[in-house]
Amino acid sequence: MSWAQSAFPWIGHVVANYNYWIVIVLMMTGFYVLISRGNLIKKLVGLNVFQTSVFLMYITMGKITGGTAPILGSHGEPVPGVLYSNPLPHVLILTAIVVGVATTSVGLALAVRIKEAYGTVEEDEINALDAEADS
Amino acid sequence: MLAAAGIGLAKLRNLFTVVMLAGVYSLLSAGLFTVMDAVDVAFTEAAVGAGISTVLFLAALVLVGHREKKPVRAPVLPLVVVIVTGAALAWGMIDLPPFGDPDNPVHHHVADHYLQESGHEIGVPNVVTAVLASYRGYDTMGEATVVFTAVVGVLLLLGRGAQGRRTGPEAGTGLSEPEAGEGGP
Repeated sequence: MSWAQSAFPWIGHVVANYNYWIVIVLMMTGFYVLISRGNLIKKLVGLNVFQTSVFLMYITMGKITGGTAPILGSHGEPVPGVLYSNPLPHVLILTAIVVGVATTSVGLALAVRIKEAYGTVEEDEINALDAEADS
Repeated sequence: MLAAAGIGLAKLRNLFTVVMLAGVYSLLSAGLFTVMDAVDVAFTEAAVGAGISTVLFLAALVLVGHREKKPVRAPVLPLVVVIVTGAALAWGMIDLPPFGDPDNPVHHHVADHYLQESGHEIGVPNVVTAVLASYRGYDTMGEATVVFTAVVGVLLLLGRGAQGRRTGPEAGTGLSEPEAGEGGP
């Protein structure tokens, strides 16, 4: 490892910040599913993966090494000597999870309506039907 | 493991498997949130992400069918777009502060105040609850508005469809027109 670090000084930075790499991989997986798949349900699953990667990014930013969950002692005082992780990203992501499920449910409802109207949820077939209706 | 589940999601074509795997993925991320000290987020994710989402997806699959069509062409363009975007993100990531360092700027704006004072000011031992319900109460109200709008949207979309089916195609609502087009030549 030491020779590797002297040869490539950025490698330590990359390994120490592995959380961002996981976020990028997950985000790009979700993005890829979203733009390459024609099935509307599959697109929504991809969107959910994308969302979770953003959640992970916020949560890992709030983490402090050696910290613990931000819950105070019994008298409403921070326990002395205990390092708390940052509560603010947790709050934001709690809101984001609920909003994400709300948008997912609207997306699924739209998919169901499209299925009822077109008889398919595949994007290319829908486009073909639209072109047919236009001509 | 999370990344493996994500890539499995991208590869699989049977949508039932995909949805179940998405549930597993959600549960895994809930475990990861616990490790990252975000216990409130973890149980929300486990209940909402792994539970409600999966049920919603399964309900939708019952209605739309569970086979995904094979992609007609090799997805070269999406792959290129994804790689370019990923590279841009990686480039931007280099400037981000190190993982787990207590001196990161995130931890020194209002977070200190929340941790030190919320016990006196709000009187709730769980700081996340105190911030959610009190300091950022307007956010939570906005969230409730979004959920309400979503429920209204779903009801409008599905409720109106059920009405259209009951009255039959001769009712001539806008919704039945694409069906008529599909039945044509």
